[in-house]
Amino acid sequence: MIVNEQVAVDHGLKKDEYAKICKLLKRNPNITELGIFSAMWNEHCSYKSSRLHLKKLPTKGKKVIQGPGENAGVIDIEDNDAIVFKIESHNHPSFIEPYQGAATGVGGIMRDVFTMGARPIANLNSIHFGSPQNKKTKNLLRGVVHGIGGYGNCMGVPTIAGQTSFDSSYNGNILVNAMTLGLVKKDKIFYSKAAGLNKPVIYVGSKTGRDGIHGASMASASFDEKIEEKKPTVQVGDPFTEKLLLEACLELMAGDSIIAIQDMGAAGLTSSSIEMASKGNLGIEINLNKVPCREAKMTPYEIMLSESQERMLIVLENGKEEQAKKIFDKWNLDFAVIGQTTKSKKIELYFDEKKVADIPVNTLVENSPMYDRKWKKAKLPKKNKIKKEDIKHLKIIDTLKKILSNPNVCSKEWIWQQYDHTVMGDTIQKPGGDAGVVRVHGTNKAVAASVDSSAVYCWAHPLTGGKQVVCESFRNLVSVGAKPIAITNCLNFGSPENEENMGEFVECVQGIGEASEYLKFPVVSGNVSFYNQTKEQGIKPTPAIGGVGLIKDYKNMITMEFKEIDNLVLVIGKTEGHIDQSLFARNILDEKNGPPPEVNLFNEKNNGETLLKLINNNLIRSAHDVSLGGIITAVAKMSIKGKKGINIKKPKYLINEIEYLFAEDQGRYIIEISKIDFKKVADILNKNAVHFDELGTIIENELYINDKTKVTIDELSTSNKSWLTNYMSK
Amino acid sequence: MKSSVITFPGSNCDRDMDVALKKFGFKNKMVWHADVELPKSDLVVLPGGFSYGDYLRCGSMASKSKIMQSVINFANSGGMVMGICNGFQILVETGLVPGVLLRNKYLEFICKNVFVKINDKKNKYFKNVDNEVLEFHIAHNEGNYFCTNDQLKEIEDNNQIAIKYCDENGKIEDQFNPNGSIKNIAGIFNKEKNVLGMMPHPERMIDTSLSGEDGSLFFKNLINNLK
Repeated sequence: MIVNEQVAVDHGLKKDEYAKICKLLKRNPNITELGIFSAMWNEHCSYKSSRLHLKKLPTKGKKVIQGPGENAGVIDIEDNDAIVFKIESHNHPSFIEPYQGAATGVGGIMRDVFTMGARPIANLNSIHFGSPQNKKTKNLLRGVVHGIGGYGNCMGVPTIAGQTSFDSSYNGNILVNAMTLGLVKKDKIFYSKAAGLNKPVIYVGSKTGRDGIHGASMASASFDEKIEEKKPTVQVGDPFTEKLLLEACLELMAGDSIIAIQDMGAAGLTSSSIEMASKGNLGIEINLNKVPCREAKMTPYEIMLSESQERMLIVLENGKEEQAKKIFDKWNLDFAVIGQTTKSKKIELYFDEKKVADIPVNTLVENSPMYDRKWKKAKLPKKNKIKKEDIKHLKIIDTLKKILSNPNVCSKEWIWQQYDHTVMGDTIQKPGGDAGVVRVHGTNKAVAASVDSSAVYCWAHPLTGGKQVVCESFRNLVSVGAKPIAITNCLNFGSPENEENMGEFVECVQGIGEASEYLKFPVVSGNVSFYNQTKEQGIKPTPAIGGVGLIKDYKNMITMEFKEIDNLVLVIGKTEGHIDQSLFARNILDEKNGPPPEVNLFNEKNNGETLLKLINNNLIRSAHDVSLGGIITAVAKMSIKGKKGINIKKPKYLINEIEYLFAEDQGRYIIEISKIDFKKVADILNKNAVHFDELGTIIENELYINDKTKVTIDELSTSNKSWLTNYMSK
Repeated sequence: MKSSVITFPGSNCDRDMDVALKKFGFKNKMVWHADVELPKSDLVVLPGGFSYGDYLRCGSMASKSKIMQSVINFANSGGMVMGICNGFQILVETGLVPGVLLRNKYLEFICKNVFVKINDKKNKYFKNVDNEVLEFHIAHNEGNYFCTNDQLKEIEDNNQIAIKYCDENGKIEDQFNPNGSIKNIAGIFNKEKNVLGMMPHPERMIDTSLSGEDGSLFFKNLINNLK
């Protein structure tokens, strides 16, 4: 096949990018080489539109062992233990083929984690769908949930938390972000940097097939009406093989024969071999005839670009091949020596005794394009004045029930019951709380994790939204008694070639950076997903933040359900009555404009740290952060889970009752304490200048507001639990 | 007391079972599916998971693996063999216990706590358990127990039903049946009651911090009965 500019454009490259390739090579590439360039230079692999901005994120900290740039980030949790974690998107394939798309998303992120030597101990996910009325939504949701469960359950890794939202901006582009945490000994972490000359390059795992060819390029383009034709670019997962691969790799890693290891994810053998060579400043030569293939007559082009799942590339110490092969034989997995490291600093591929590619590694990596895209700064929208007559007629209980049954607030039990969340026997906080918590096996420590996003806030004002998501993650960890350590981010946006979308990206990243810097909550890994748009319609900007924290003694973990009658309930943090962009404003008042709630980083940090102090002094019986739907929604959820009621007395404030109960001001928590501890708690809060309100007392079975309005907890529970089940069974 | 837990390719509750057995005093050994001989054991456990990826049919390939002939011989000579979840599916495939396990009625994987009523205590698994009802945990996609009418009559006549899904008070009704199992069956014995297959995972309920503690009750009782 003759390669020219048009062929390059068909591969998703821009004309000037093709010219740059020819200049770098000092000749025209052949088709295999062009395929390799297109895979390495697409947005998904090269981060060409985002690199410039991602550099600004804070990535260092006392607890950070490995920041971005490896397969996953690594943090120190003391006693020679470390947690490896990362979140990654699988949006485009999941829209085309929800089951396989979601399943391989989960498989891919687990591979990233165990490539580093860590046994996966928890999965999380953040999934976003179009409006429930959209005719595709139900099937996509079902397919994605089955796919996540199908893969994670089979691997025997508990899915401990997640987030699901619905918004019409995802009608044509759903989001599926998967996150995994793994546990490793600090001195047994594996990296992808090759070292040493003439070391054998080993291929292990599944055979290479024609599935997923150009998956990464597909994920770097917008959708149009021909999207269904892209089904063959979706990979097919086999969790059983991955389970074997996990066990085999960990068995090999127990020894000392591995120099470097890298999973074959996006852009398969291409990106894995190039990454290892690039990091080691070496060359790699591969004999493609040695690659185990599932189908006959695969071409070099197909072998290099296949995204068949469950494969790994390993650089081994000389002479260790036999010993390693034994392990992979035991697990019935393919094992092949396919090449070696060289000093050429080139990728050299051979097929049928001919050289089919010869590319200097630096042209693919260091010389990959980087763009400073044009972007538009967002203005802070003007605040709405809520008119008294708009809210006068509203009945609080009816409004509360509406909010509790809103698709974005309602119980997601229908989803998480389909995920095995208890396998491995260490899940001490299941889905449905503020964060999932698993014990560090055999110790008193536990790790908490949550995943959050607030697309509406980010859409209304990206800078504030970006900050807010990080703070929410921080709060969710604090609420279960964990000290927040670090985050991973999955940045889901529209087209970077559109100035507004690019602006959303730039400012969200800035917000994330500011908050994570201030909260000492650094970014250790992540992923960018652009082009989440169909034709001209992009999604709301949706950075998802996965936070991880440590609980030193798992017996001190906090859960959100109300515990005991007569206990006091307080609100930590000040309620100013910010209604714009709240669930109440958007869904009850149908007001979609206005700024999101302001984020005050000082208060976030101070309130969170003070609450941790209270928890460490054993003064807290239950806690929950205040988010969507405000104080009343938070309290109702604590009541529903604890099967207990509350008698609320609104504090004497200037703002009215509705504003007090439904506002979404930030930096707030609801806490339950024993009456006898009130003085101690108040002293600590006052000493740390943390504002608090006394909200009420826990009672049986009913929720009262100012003695006049009441509803049974059973009724609230029904509102909260029935929407999703009913929707899915219709 | 000595126990053995078999690891098949795709088993994923083998470690959890190992932890649980050791916690309650068993000396446990992990046994590889390709081995031929069983170590000397007072109890053999086929753990949960997705042996062979559940491909072909859950448990069917594992039931043909090398070690299984020894497990079958051990069972036929009166040895205690317990299959949990995928282990139950494997037992059904070997024919050591009657019936089959179909896909859950609502076609979805279910992971949650359930209550089960002990149907028969004249066996080494449940003898001396004080409770009539236990809170256990299930996590499966194919736990819908089914058998022919003749088989059902036989297992009922022989008191082979071990546990049935119920509510916390032991009431056995359709609404407490999570997967559509015939007669709310959650676990059954072979005729001699030395082989038990059940869908719930007692090994996930061995600690107050986990889903509950009724698994502890089960294992403590089991080791005492074997002594």
